[in-house]
Amino acid sequence: MSENTNLKESILRTSGVNPKKCMKCGKCSGTCPAFDEMEYHPHQFVAMVEKGNIEPLLNSKSLYYCLTCFACVERCPRSVEPAKLVEAVRLEVIRQQNQNHLTANDIPAKLDSEIPQQALVSAFRKYAK
Amino acid sequence: MNFSYYPGCTLKTKAKDLDKYAVESAKALGVTLDEIGEWQCCGGVYPVAKDEIATKLSSVRTLVSARDAGKDLVTVCSACHNVIKRVNYDMQHDENVQLKVNNYAQFETPYHGETNVLHYLEMLRDVVGFDKIKEKVTNPLTGRKIGAYYGCLLLRPSKEMAFDDPENPTIMEDFITALGATPVVYAQRNECCGGYVTVEDKSFATKRCNAVMASAAEYGVEELITACPLCMYNLKENSTDHQLPVHYFTELLAEALGVKE
Repeated sequence: MSENTNLKESILRTSGVNPKKCMKCGKCSGTCPAFDEMEYHPHQFVAMVEKGNIEPLLNSKSLYYCLTCFACVERCPRSVEPAKLVEAVRLEVIRQQNQNHLTANDIPAKLDSEIPQQALVSAFRKYAK
Repeated sequence: MNFSYYPGCTLKTKAKDLDKYAVESAKALGVTLDEIGEWQCCGGVYPVAKDEIATKLSSVRTLVSARDAGKDLVTVCSACHNVIKRVNYDMQHDENVQLKVNNYAQFETPYHGETNVLHYLEMLRDVVGFDKIKEKVTNPLTGRKIGAYYGCLLLRPSKEMAFDDPENPTIMEDFITALGATPVVYAQRNECCGGYVTVEDKSFATKRCNAVMASAAEYGVEELITACPLCMYNLKENSTDHQLPVHYFTELLAEALGVKE
């Protein structure tokens, strides 16, 4: 198997998503609250992973704008669950050595007097391993 | 009525009001919330990947504590509720998670999702009853036009959360009605506030919260309620237009029950 096939298989396994179920209606991207911030949109994650065109996703800031609000998961008429795919692609990046997107050193600059612990705990779980 | 209670990290720090008014209002309603001993942080977000095990252990320990105490588990924070409820779903339905968690944790009795997890609002609706609350209100919030901000975590994914209709929920509006106030339904009540992405890009949270506030204002909302400290932070600190007042739902409950200091 090529490295790209391995990567696709890994993403499918980690996410539990079957992108073949997608009927390309675009509802996931239509309902995504982060649509304007994303370079690649939820429906593109589904299509590009299915095609094995994963490299552009690994390098995209889109990975860090998914809110995991599950709007795309709830509203998908085919239960494709795009948010789980975005999560799995992000994990392919941050689970590598020295690839954490957020580190403790970044935190002081981001603090304000009202920010809740919940925000920091959640961001670390999403952006670092 | 006696429940195990999981407050979570933010309710002991930035969101003390959410916790305090929950516990005091419960007392006024004849409900005892026994805080779980030595509880650990839930992690803030549910670990979505199929191969996550270690990140689910703190939630499982909480669930096991409640089971061993023979009580249902009540949560208040939307995020803790989302994490613990979904980990419990895994412990009921995902054999891989069940096996690995139980192998590692070696509980005296293996755990398979026996604990019933209730959000405080579900406890009010399904155990106490909104009719009963209405009877106990001594200071009705008459004339106040209140918008419920559900956000995402209480409702989705609906298959696992089973909280209310994920697109047309009514529980928070029924709660507002029980307190004597007027609920106002608005378009953005179940869309995300920007969540943890505020740590990555504050301007994005501002954009999201302005959309929520503008929608609420357009429909005539005069104040918002939430169950989530992160929604509270984003709405209060990161919105720049239409800055409506935001309260924890438990604060309004305490006010209506006459137990708010």
